[in-house]
Amino acid sequence: MYVELNSILNSTPDTFTQGEFILVSDRRSDASFLIHHFLSFYLRARCRVCFLGLVQSFSHYSAVSQRLGVSLTQAKEKGQLIFFEGLKESLSVLVPRDANGASPAINFLRDPSVGLRSLYEFVRSSLSSFNSREKAADGAEEWGPPVLLVDDLSVLLSLGVSVGAALDFSHYCSATVCSQLQGNMVMLVRCDGEEEEEDEGSDRLLKGLTHQCSLSLHVEGLPTGYCRDIHGQVEVCWRKRRGEGLHTQKKLFQYKVHDKGASFFARGTSSTVL
Amino acid sequence: MAAPVNSVGKPSPERLPLNTTSFQKKTRSKLISIPGTRPSVQNGQLLVSTGVTSLDYLLGGGLAVGTVLLVEEDRYDSYSRMILKYFLSEGVVCRHELFVATAQDDPDDILQELPAPILDDVAIHKPLEQPLLSCEPSNSLDAMKIAWRYQNLPKVQSALASSSRFGHYYDVSKTMEPEIRQAAKCHRFYLPEHPTLSSPTHSPVLESYSALLKSLQDIIHKEGFDVAAPMSRPRNILRIGLHSLGSALWGDDLTCHDNPAHRHALTTFLYGLRALLRSSLAVAVVTVSSHLIQDRALMGSITRLCDNAIALESFKGSERETNPLYKDYHGLLHVRQVPHLNCLASQLPDHKDLAFKLKRKQFTIEVLLDSPLTTWTRCVQSISSCW
Repeated sequence: MYVELNSILNSTPDTFTQGEFILVSDRRSDASFLIHHFLSFYLRARCRVCFLGLVQSFSHYSAVSQRLGVSLTQAKEKGQLIFFEGLKESLSVLVPRDANGASPAINFLRDPSVGLRSLYEFVRSSLSSFNSREKAADGAEEWGPPVLLVDDLSVLLSLGVSVGAALDFSHYCSATVCSQLQGNMVMLVRCDGEEEEEDEGSDRLLKGLTHQCSLSLHVEGLPTGYCRDIHGQVEVCWRKRRGEGLHTQKKLFQYKVHDKGASFFARGTSSTVL
Repeated sequence: MAAPVNSVGKPSPERLPLNTTSFQKKTRSKLISIPGTRPSVQNGQLLVSTGVTSLDYLLGGGLAVGTVLLVEEDRYDSYSRMILKYFLSEGVVCRHELFVATAQDDPDDILQELPAPILDDVAIHKPLEQPLLSCEPSNSLDAMKIAWRYQNLPKVQSALASSSRFGHYYDVSKTMEPEIRQAAKCHRFYLPEHPTLSSPTHSPVLESYSALLKSLQDIIHKEGFDVAAPMSRPRNILRIGLHSLGSALWGDDLTCHDNPAHRHALTTFLYGLRALLRSSLAVAVVTVSSHLIQDRALMGSITRLCDNAIALESFKGSERETNPLYKDYHGLLHVRQVPHLNCLASQLPDHKDLAFKLKRKQFTIEVLLDSPLTTWTRCVQSISSCW
């Protein structure tokens, strides 16, 4: 969890807005450091987390979270974290060794045109199973609201899923997690091309999700080129829906990722420059 | 900062046996030492050499075990093929096992063209060198003050005893001797030898890629490269070389059409490859003819699904061949992606303008000096050489 980012977003593990859909996106950059931040943030806030780790193995997230001070294995044992490891499950579909053994959530790999309904069912069942477990524990552990983290959504496009199916999935998840269960949702989308190019898959997905979200963090490289000490810029955009209509507020920061976290600073105030 | 103590000896990324937690107490007996590998100084990951020492430096010390290196081919597939051969030769010298998959040339052709390793600092068949080593006992290696170059040589001299070193040099003008090459175990996958089976699923993966993935998994399970395999067998690394994926000979139309029908075949295959490698002691080098793929976004998703990615751009046949600025080099090298596995920050190279030159005994990668004075000096030299 990055302290400077908490102050930028005005949230601490004890007080944060519920029912938020946070969209993390990047263009020709790597915004996965923000996913690690949100994972450690919500685990520290004692929320029940469902993490769809589709691009890396569990040991990678575990090693990084250990550096940020959170143990994923302990969280999994306590029942606070449900981790879906996409890579491991996909092997049972792509290289079938025996008839059974694949989780139904990965069914979209068998036939991508079917869509992500089974993945949504997995999310819904894991987050509502949190509810029943809380009642059974009877005050022994008071968990916070449920949180869904997805890393990342654009790899599904590379695996053959259509943009419409991905948008449907995010809409169903936000309706369940944010509105119904009053929890939070964080999704990562990665784009590649320039913005002026014609509408292709991940750009359309990004536009659709930006419309649905309530807070967006967009990571890009510096417009002046590559710099070793400043890794890029983050544009934070609040889209407040409540109150008087839509009200957006944007802020731009530069960041640098180091071994145990990331530092954020206003443009031009990096320690290498000053 | 120093790598965490309990992960220095542990190769990662990998999946540990199912009945233990991710973090084991540091026990010296569990230290896996495989010849030809070393732990990274940044995060303790197990690294292997690509065969090109300057490329190892660019990738942060070497190729991490369990990752994929994507090499975007140059126009005539000469230098990317060379890098593949360096990678396989390094595997032979380090006594790793090899897996070569091609659709175009027979894998044996590639294996016969491997460059010869330069082992001139190892006494191969010269008994005269023995007295130099016997003057110092081998268990006090620090005591070697005069013959310090021979410090890390084992006592028993055999042709490939220098596998204790990380990264070797190769002589491109000679091919590797058949005895050395045949000492390494090599598995091959030549696409025309595999009959195409009809795929019962609607999965976007092509039959050729499915067959390749199945063959890889079979080898990994049979030969014990699984991380979860019992520790009774001595562990080794599997080096996988996949030549020219995405080309029409694999049945793929990525390089033929603007709007390919099998748009997601290669990306799904790379996803499966990543899943396989993360749970085994294997490393893969994949070459793709990216200059034939028109869709930049597709190339971007292919790059993201591989961990390391470099692109080669040779000057052969282009107008840059006669440009005095590029006189000393054979082409440009772009580092597209360097991974940050098990840590937050990646080790990107300091400079982005890199050029390579294939010399007889070395493949050098240097920063392209573009200071005005250097450019001017080179132009003056080329002009004056005309008179």
